[in-house]
Amino acid sequence: MSTDTPSAGADSEPMSEEALQERIEELEEQVASLETEVGDGQKKMTIVATQGTFDMAYPPLILASTAAAFGWDVVVFHTFWGLDILHEEKSSDLKLSAVGNPNMPMPNALAALPGMDRMATRMMEKRIDENGTATIEELIELSLDQGVDLQACQMTIELMEYDEDDFYDGVTTGVGAATALQHMAESDIQLLV
Amino acid sequence: MSEAFDITETLDVKGASCPMPVVKTKSAIDDLAEGEVLEVVATDSGSMSDLKGWAAGTDGVELLEQVEDGDVYKHYVQKTA
Repeated sequence: MSTDTPSAGADSEPMSEEALQERIEELEEQVASLETEVGDGQKKMTIVATQGTFDMAYPPLILASTAAAFGWDVVVFHTFWGLDILHEEKSSDLKLSAVGNPNMPMPNALAALPGMDRMATRMMEKRIDENGTATIEELIELSLDQGVDLQACQMTIELMEYDEDDFYDGVTTGVGAATALQHMAESDIQLLV
Repeated sequence: MSEAFDITETLDVKGASCPMPVVKTKSAIDDLAEGEVLEVVATDSGSMSDLKGWAAGTDGVELLEQVEDGDVYKHYVQKTA
């Protein structure tokens, strides 16, 4: 019989009451520490947002704000172009790319003409308004209000020569890949957008 | 329409689309006391499935009833804890 616990084998002396009591306390402590590790059953989600086009800003923000409504603990780590979503000035000026987008009702040769991205973006913005879909800014405010942790990758902030003050109030700065990985390891759901 | 429960508050999310009906319902429920019922009035057809999923996955709320009334979808959510 192989065991690393101090429990008695079949042919050894029965444990004294004192030893049993000690063993029970030991096990209770173990259960308590495991419960702390597992948490209170609250789900956790980490999204890594890497894209900064108008259309790609929506999925992480919609999922994050909805997950917060479920009472989940939500982190969105914004890196590379995804950082622009949190940039107060740039987030209101994200563009839809008309080129290389097979869903656009125009050939690439036409889509590549100057002003086409702007036109495509305007069209989409109009649709969004008519459909009662929230704006990117509304979704950011909503997410922050609900306690979503919107994180701006520090390396990308420096790479893009942004300033920490450029982001919406409430955005977490000074975080990197290790922070993101730590959140992912603790999460029930991890998404790369 | 005769409901077997008293409505405490009504949340009008007509015209708003995903994720607003769910997110606003959550905020409105937070302001209610245990046992109170929120009526959510939406025009988003996706709200039928979304409110159901949200209520099933959220502690302390119970979806009492969902009614399709023409172009309007009504949801009755009780705060249970």
